Amino acid sequence: MTTYYKDVYIDETATVCGPYEKKGPLRRYFDKCYDDLYVGEDSYEKAEIKLVRSSLKTLMNKANIDKYNIDLVIGGDLLNQITASTYGTYGVGNGFIGIYGACSSSVLGLIIAANFIEGGFVNNCCCVVSSHNLSSEKQFRNPVEYGAPRPNSSTFTSTGAASCLLSRKKTSIRVESSTIGKIVDYGQNDANDMGRVMAPAVIDTLKRHLEDTGRKVDYYDLILTGDLGKYGKEILIDYMRNCYNINLKDNYNDCGTMLYDLYEQKDVHAGGSGPVCGALVVYSYIMHLMRRKKIKRVLFLATGALFSPTLLYQKENINAICHAISLEAV
Amino acid sequence: MMKNTKYNLIADSHKSEETKIKNAIIAFFTGGLIGLIGEGMIELFCLNFSMSRTDAGTLMIVVYIFIASLSTALGFFDKLVSICRCGLLIPITGFAHSMTSSSLDYKKEGPIYGIGSNMFKLAGSVIIYGVLAAWFFGLIRYLLGGSL
Repeated sequence: MTTYYKDVYIDETATVCGPYEKKGPLRRYFDKCYDDLYVGEDSYEKAEIKLVRSSLKTLMNKANIDKYNIDLVIGGDLLNQITASTYGTYGVGNGFIGIYGACSSSVLGLIIAANFIEGGFVNNCCCVVSSHNLSSEKQFRNPVEYGAPRPNSSTFTSTGAASCLLSRKKTSIRVESSTIGKIVDYGQNDANDMGRVMAPAVIDTLKRHLEDTGRKVDYYDLILTGDLGKYGKEILIDYMRNCYNINLKDNYNDCGTMLYDLYEQKDVHAGGSGPVCGALVVYSYIMHLMRRKKIKRVLFLATGALFSPTLLYQKENINAICHAISLEAV
Repeated sequence: MMKNTKYNLIADSHKSEETKIKNAIIAFFTGGLIGLIGEGMIELFCLNFSMSRTDAGTLMIVVYIFIASLSTALGFFDKLVSICRCGLLIPITGFAHSMTSSSLDYKKEGPIYGIGSNMFKLAGSVIIYGVLAAWFFGLIRYLLGGSL
């Protein structure tokens, strides 16, 4: 389902990140970096909540708006009961919607916000996403200190929180259109190879977006996927070329491979992941380029693996979803 | 279904390269080293503290468990595993490591709902199937005419 917008602009963005992201190549574009994974709290979950608060605070300072003037807050993260968003956004805004789209939450939030604004229901809306490497490890994988070797195809959940204020007020970045994704199941079930699980979702959403809008891939200056990682990226390029004759080579990149230096930071294996991974790259570096008119049209496809350890053990496949949003510098 | 086969075919050509054989060789030697040091400890305890071999074996295990738990708590056991691969995870050190790391994860949830109920998250399977296997092999040994 593709929707076009006339009057939705990105007012301001704020990104905060953890120590690993600080060592990555994009560090100078982030608003705030923490050196400690605990962020001064005593547990990882509380640390993630603090990251959300810190990002919202930075956003409100940058946009010069106080918390009572934000009409709606939309938040999403990976924790059970999306607690980082619900606790982290407490007290901000006049309404809250919690969303879960796994790592696609960032774009899902933007799409919901854009629809609210375009429909004239609210004047501005703040979207926030977060993830924390260790709180995700604890919830989805092994205990944090457990040192089981991981395969090279595994991805590394990014630490940080990224928020974005959308409004009707005209700014230099416009939300042009969006495509809401469908859940896809290509029979994948390797939790250590999320790129392979999520690439089918991108294939589906990207294809539908291009069909609905009647555009070719070279319409966009940059097409970005959220967190496919090194191998998922290769799969996507190869599949699109082989099956649909769509060549993604030149103007395509993956945020998971951009956030870290894959040669220097071996710990991240195939690249970054998590809701905040794509958001950290797009809200900081990409928007920086767009504001300076270096690139004009960007299609951001956030990918999410709708993964539950319980159902995986019950021999179910891992489903994936991907939402797309098209941004335009004006 | 056709779509899945085609996708799998393309995805298989972009698989990550895993160094399984190299890992196995490293694990063989590091695991062997753990065994060698353990045997050395048993000999040491037997000679110096005039212990029986059985008692010395138990003490060796206790020493290993202590070292593994302490290094997990101090945060460098996982780094050692990334060097030594599974050579450190298969012996008793890995068992102690799994229990300590699970407990550390849940220490903020308190001693009952946190540490107590989550300590055996990873190690529980090892214990239950270890006991079951011991019972089973004991039974075979008894049926084959061995003593109890």
